[in-house]
Amino acid sequence: MDTTTPAAIAVDNLVKRYKAATAVDGITFHIAPGSVTGLLGGNGAGKTTTIATIMGLVTPTSGTVRVLGATMPAERYRVLHRMNFESPYVDMPMRLTVRQNLTVFAQLYGVADMKARIAALASELDLTEFVDRPTGKLSAGQKTRVSLAKSLLNRPDVLLLDEPTASLDPDTADWVRGHLERYRAETGATILLASHNMNEVERLCDRVIIMKRGRVEDDDTPQNLLSRYGRENLEEVFLDVARGRGEKRETVG
Amino acid sequence: MNSNPSAAPITFSPYRVGAMVRRYWYLLVSSWPRLLDLVYWPAVQMLMWGFLQMYVSKNAGFAAGAAGTFIGAVLLWDILFRGQLGFSISFLEEMWARNLGNLMMSPLRSTEFVAALMIMSLIRLAIGMIPVTFMAMAFFGFNLWGLGLALAAFFVNLILTSWAIGIFVAGLLLRNGMGAESMAWTIMFLFLPLTCVYYPVSVLPDWLQYVAWSLPPTYVFEGMRALLIDQVFRSDLMIEAFAFNVALFAAAAYAFIRLLESARVNGSLMQTGE
Repeated sequence: MDTTTPAAIAVDNLVKRYKAATAVDGITFHIAPGSVTGLLGGNGAGKTTTIATIMGLVTPTSGTVRVLGATMPAERYRVLHRMNFESPYVDMPMRLTVRQNLTVFAQLYGVADMKARIAALASELDLTEFVDRPTGKLSAGQKTRVSLAKSLLNRPDVLLLDEPTASLDPDTADWVRGHLERYRAETGATILLASHNMNEVERLCDRVIIMKRGRVEDDDTPQNLLSRYGRENLEEVFLDVARGRGEKRETVG
Repeated sequence: MNSNPSAAPITFSPYRVGAMVRRYWYLLVSSWPRLLDLVYWPAVQMLMWGFLQMYVSKNAGFAAGAAGTFIGAVLLWDILFRGQLGFSISFLEEMWARNLGNLMMSPLRSTEFVAALMIMSLIRLAIGMIPVTFMAMAFFGFNLWGLGLALAAFFVNLILTSWAIGIFVAGLLLRNGMGAESMAWTIMFLFLPLTCVYYPVSVLPDWLQYVAWSLPPTYVFEGMRALLIDQVFRSDLMIEAFAFNVALFAAAAYAFIRLLESARVNGSLMQTGE
């Protein structure tokens, strides 16, 4: 990355221990503004803890995390209104309609002209048909789109996405990826994406960070990773790293 | 880049408090069982204690019976109990809905969240208790509103205690997840015998009276009996209750902050299940 530009997300020597277990073991990475970075790793690799720390939900054992210049979690209120996230591990209240949920979150994020913003997002994400239906009555794919709409309400400068296309059919998933590409192109937002869908990562990401057992195992552009591992796709690279069978052709710089 | 000035971080935003009240209001009006539940149990309690009081006053000539101390006590107890439940249930709704992560990651501050829960506690209490006070008037001729300014003093002290306990329970839930849910439902029952809701403090053993007098609601229930039986408003008791409430509220707020910090250290905010 360009070292003269302040990082949108800066993680330095981050360690997180839960009693005897080390979830994150001294990782460092800086994410450039306007980039899309994929955070990959198997179960227990430390991705969720890393993202939670970036969001300010977890206090590091040591090391620092800064988002848009604010140290997390101590200075989180300086920047939370410029961030947002989407994850399958949280839900929107089921009894509230889509419009009610989006209105509540638009108000929490201080969105100007809430009605127009919600109408625009409903149109962009194809929610208009069921915007007045209770969120709990929607299909899994529709709920994911509602969560995505929530994550875009405040036009975030930093968007954290955890499995954004999980439970979506291939057509809808492709459509969501297209929407994220357009959002980044229009706003210059920084996106950090945790995903197990390697096609998605190859399509969206400028850079890929692969974690394993709490450490950064590799960190490069998708093309460089494919080249160094001598593989056709990122799934094969991921398996090589996860199973420890891959030989890198050169040392990671 | 985001340049929306209305989104600029400020210390306390009534606008965000309003967002949370709006969220709980949407939930309440979308669910008739939730609304019914607010009225059902206070009504049952009031009827049961009202008829018991009628029986006692007829058969034992118990002077206090005519003064309506049982009905008064049960209505004031419900302010205390339902005030805390209204606070805690609104908080639990976020955990049941798996929405806490969305809120903790939003610009909503803890103080704003707590303020919204307090407002919802008042709204839920009003929906549940106002009809029941009119029922008490119709069935037993007991007019709680007739207590006038004394009722205001009783209410302020009871609601402060209920909020303090609600804040403490919210901290426990953040730190321990749904494993602490039962505390939300049962913690206030510890106050039932100790704060002498239905009997004077003098009934307790001497050593336990010290415990009773360290709890703010004890002063309210003693004050209620003084008003209904002796027709004396004990402002001294209300002032003492308020002083204890300030201390209790400060202790609960401190405990909440520490429990929230501990939840961030332990990663409990990521996992709000069992």
